[in-house]
Amino acid sequence: MRGSLRNPVWFAIGILQPVLYLALFGPLLAPVTRSPGFPPGDGWQVLVPGLLVQLVLFSSIGVGYQLMAEYRSGVLERMRVTPTSRAALLLGRVLRDIVVLVAQAGVLIVIAIPFGLRASTSGVLLGLALLAMTSGALSAAAQAMTLLLKDENQLTAVTNTLTAPLLLLSGVLLPMSLAPGWLHALSRLNPLAHTVDAMRALFLGHFADPAVPTGVVVVVLATMLAIGWGTRTFQRLNA
Amino acid sequence: MIKARGLARRFASRQGVVDAVRGVDLDVAPGELVGFLGPNGAGKTTTLRMLATLLRPTEGEAVVAGHNLRTDPVGVRRRIGYVAQTGGTDAGHTVEEELVTQGRLYRMTKADCRSMAADLSARLDLDGIVGRQVHTLSGGQRRRLDIAMGLIHSPRLVFLDEPTAALDPQSRANLWEHIRCLRAEHGLTVFLTTHYLDEADALCDRVLVIDEGRIVAQGSPEELKRSVSGDTVTMTVLDRARVPEASRIAERTCGGIQLRVQDTTVVFRVGRSDAALPVLLGALHDAGVQLAAVAVQRPTLDDVFLTLTGHSLRDEEN
Ligand SMILES: Nc1ncnc2c1ncn2[C@@H]1O[C@H](COP(=O)(O)OP(=O)(O)OP(=O)(O)O)[C@@H](O)[C@H]1O
Ligand SMILES: [Mg+2]
Repeated sequence: MRGSLRNPVWFAIGILQPVLYLALFGPLLAPVTRSPGFPPGDGWQVLVPGLLVQLVLFSSIGVGYQLMAEYRSGVLERMRVTPTSRAALLLGRVLRDIVVLVAQAGVLIVIAIPFGLRASTSGVLLGLALLAMTSGALSAAAQAMTLLLKDENQLTAVTNTLTAPLLLLSGVLLPMSLAPGWLHALSRLNPLAHTVDAMRALFLGHFADPAVPTGVVVVVLATMLAIGWGTRTFQRLNA
Repeated sequence: MIKARGLARRFASRQGVVDAVRGVDLDVAPGELVGFLGPNGAGKTTTLRMLATLLRPTEGEAVVAGHNLRTDPVGVRRRIGYVAQTGGTDAGHTVEEELVTQGRLYRMTKADCRSMAADLSARLDLDGIVGRQVHTLSGGQRRRLDIAMGLIHSPRLVFLDEPTAALDPQSRANLWEHIRCLRAEHGLTVFLTTHYLDEADALCDRVLVIDEGRIVAQGSPEELKRSVSGDTVTMTVLDRARVPEASRIAERTCGGIQLRVQDTTVVFRVGRSDAALPVLLGALHDAGVQLAAVAVQRPTLDDVFLTLTGHSLRDEEN
């Protein structure tokens, strides 16, 4: 926690990539917004929620490596020998990741305003809450995965294999409503796709959009599952 | 403080099965300073990690600090301190931050953490460097920090896994002194591992010798050394021609265990050199055999190890 907040470099690097997308990819979206199937809202209202979800996914990769380093250096073992509950060991890291992520997301949204982002304030706040939960779920899942693999190379392999489909099937850059039927159907299996859809509706202030309750239910379920999985993995570390 | 029966741990991996610990029985009384002595790979760390709830035993039972390892691991964790062989501090944090964070993990208040951190820093000679980041510390300073971390919650029992490995002789002696003080002032029970014989000898009330996952001997360093077949006597005969006669006399008066002759030197072992030597010297004098030198060496724990296991500790280290 202290480490991540003390290190402003990592904080800034995390935001740098989405800012580049805003500057260098955002302008490409303008003509696309006129294509049939493009959801309501302008390019920024579609792109920014997508970039936020992408930020969550990329941050969770870092979570895995950070925990791997703690495993190697003995920091994790030193904590495991204390009476702190295994769930607390997981949740402490989850909360740290959420705080950092929400701070980054806030900065990114502010940066997006001069680019042309216009969004419902209460929608953005609710969107951030949903994003925070998504970040918690991915942090817990990344930790569980790391502790199951216990190996940097395998972690890289699994991460690379999972990130591409999760990203491509989430519609973060181009909305999935543009996709052919089969691709759209496939994307419905990806929890991140539901998060992105719900965030886009929230940014527009469309609170009654069915994407919102669907997104919330998916994210809440995913978070519970991931935290359950993560806690179990911490408990079984002594096996 | 510790009572373990039949503790065993098997590691099964794709590379095969390793029986790291094969049925260890342990009894450690409150306030004891016990050393676990064995070569690399003997199973010291594995045993310690089991007793500290970090690793589930494949077989066996243990009660540590009054709580059952299997049924109440949290009860054990509350009462013990554990300092791993490789430490466990976060390089980017300061000494004080690490100590306070560790205390918080034991649910101590921030104020208690700070006062314990100050107390331990003073006690373990860390007080000048509490504001430094861990990665700037010397090996000895970092090891003392590791130990302070293990003591932050004032446990009654602390496990130290090779507390002085890789330290220079002066830092080692210094750390021994700290460990002795902690025990004397707080009645702390200390269970440490080492593969240094002099460390076990100088520091511990009792030594358990472990080899290939089994305890092969235990007792005070003195008892262990006595269990080896005696002291080594080395005598150098002045006149080369009298060497055969000298070794005959040694055989007659002292039994001549493991007697060997090298040039003008006769070497053998004897159970009690203090009693045997006057007789030997008297007999040599009567026969008119003159000695240039005679030396007696008390057995070392290395001799103990060699006698018990058939291999030397030092062989393993190289
Ligand atoms: N997690 C593990 N998986 C597989 N094998 C292991 C594991 N931990 C230890 N071992 C094996 O168990 C045996 C005992 O190891 P252990 O670390 O207990 O030895 P040690 O007495 O502490 O040695 P050292 O003096 O080198 O620290 C070794 O053969 C080691 O390779
Ligand atoms: Mg070891």
